[in-house]
Amino acid sequence: MYEQIARNKWKSAALVGFFVVFIFLLTWFFEYLMGWGKGGLVLAVVVAMTMAAGGYYASDKIVLGISKARPVTKEEFPYLYNVVEGLAIAAGVPAPRCYVIDDTATNAFATGRNPEKAVICVTTGLLDKLNRAELEGVVAHEMSHIKNYDVRLQTLVVVMAGVVALLSDWMLRSFMWGGGRRRSKSRGGSGGAEGILVLVGLALAVLSPFIATIIQLAISRKREFLADASSAMLTRYPAGLASALRKISADKEPLEAANKATAHLYIVNPLKDIKGAVNKLFSTHPPIEERIAALERM
Amino acid sequence: MGFAVVLLIIIAAVALMAVGMYNSLVTLRNRCDNAWSQVDVQLRRRFDLIPNLVETVKGYAKHESGVFERVTQARTQAMGATTPKEVGQAENVLTGALKSLFAVAEAYPDLKANQNFLMLQEELAGTESKIAYARQFYNDVVMKFNMKQQVFPSNIIANMFAFKEKEYFEIGDEAAKGPVKVSF
Repeated sequence: MYEQIARNKWKSAALVGFFVVFIFLLTWFFEYLMGWGKGGLVLAVVVAMTMAAGGYYASDKIVLGISKARPVTKEEFPYLYNVVEGLAIAAGVPAPRCYVIDDTATNAFATGRNPEKAVICVTTGLLDKLNRAELEGVVAHEMSHIKNYDVRLQTLVVVMAGVVALLSDWMLRSFMWGGGRRRSKSRGGSGGAEGILVLVGLALAVLSPFIATIIQLAISRKREFLADASSAMLTRYPAGLASALRKISADKEPLEAANKATAHLYIVNPLKDIKGAVNKLFSTHPPIEERIAALERM
Repeated sequence: MGFAVVLLIIIAAVALMAVGMYNSLVTLRNRCDNAWSQVDVQLRRRFDLIPNLVETVKGYAKHESGVFERVTQARTQAMGATTPKEVGQAENVLTGALKSLFAVAEAYPDLKANQNFLMLQEELAGTESKIAYARQFYNDVVMKFNMKQQVFPSNIIANMFAFKEKEYFEIGDEAAKGPVKVSF
């Protein structure tokens, strides 16, 4: 357990480090092409640091924003709050804030950069369809993600991998379609620019599997099994989560606000398109049947 | 000379270990107290809810004064309990009394539709599960603390400084131990 926490913190730090280096290189390279010289170098450092700090401190808000989640009060959802507060006591962490997605699909996720600033988010469909023991199982699963610092890593992955993917895509396009003209005016020598263009293209081509690797960082089948096991330990009732998982997987409705970047956050893949062996290899979650079987063996 | 240095190093190492063990014992004891205060917070919350609940039910079922009496009495008794063992027993009685109160409520459809009653019922159910979780957390910490006092070599330190084992918070009645039966 503590090993898992240490590993998650280390991976999160590595991710932020990689992000800083990447943004720095990208900005600096861009400014080099524009001919900004030494001043550009300083600016690149500033840009990289600001973006990393912004990404680190705002990542949970960004994730909640993408997912169309809204904060709710205890008066509005006393049931949800009581379950969350109870399990926070059991886990010995401060009670996370509660968010709700207005969607009839059944799913849940947690986010935040540390246990003190954590958020648990569930869909209204989940609240309607699960009974108390099942909801406790799901919330306990999310609580374990919070306690293990899984949420920090997973949230950072959404934002940072997202920015990297977006930027490389954008750079690639701008170099291909518009950048060439501007550069030949400012720097002259179209032969050199041509060569740089090829280099950039190559670099970005190399980068895309790298981005995939980052996302893989967050996706770990072991992580989900561990959270399931800790959930059972918190509630002392593995059948609750098992039954919840069965209900969620029986529900074929995809969650509209989820996408490929945030899918790994949820308790069960919200895209609901897992079919065949290849998808099983690359899927973000272990198959539900395996998780239920593991819970039932406890 | 060499021998003296080695001896000194050994003594220093042993002293350092003793300090470490003593500190972890103190930490665990404080954690037990903290966990117990968590239990206490939830118990108080339940005590605060009960008068409201009794008043609400009274508004619909005036003739069931025996039940109200029992709940009020059990509450007063539970509020006076201090040690985990006493609290466990008093809580047992209180839970039983509350059960009969809800059984009474079953007979009054108007009451069961009352918004205030439904809210109190949810609050009480939530608080009861919080008590259960706080109890679980407390017992886990107590187990760690007691274990530390029993195993070698930290038992030497525990004996030297007269650490006392903490009482587990147990609820005698099997039925009061939380949700066992769930229909899917």
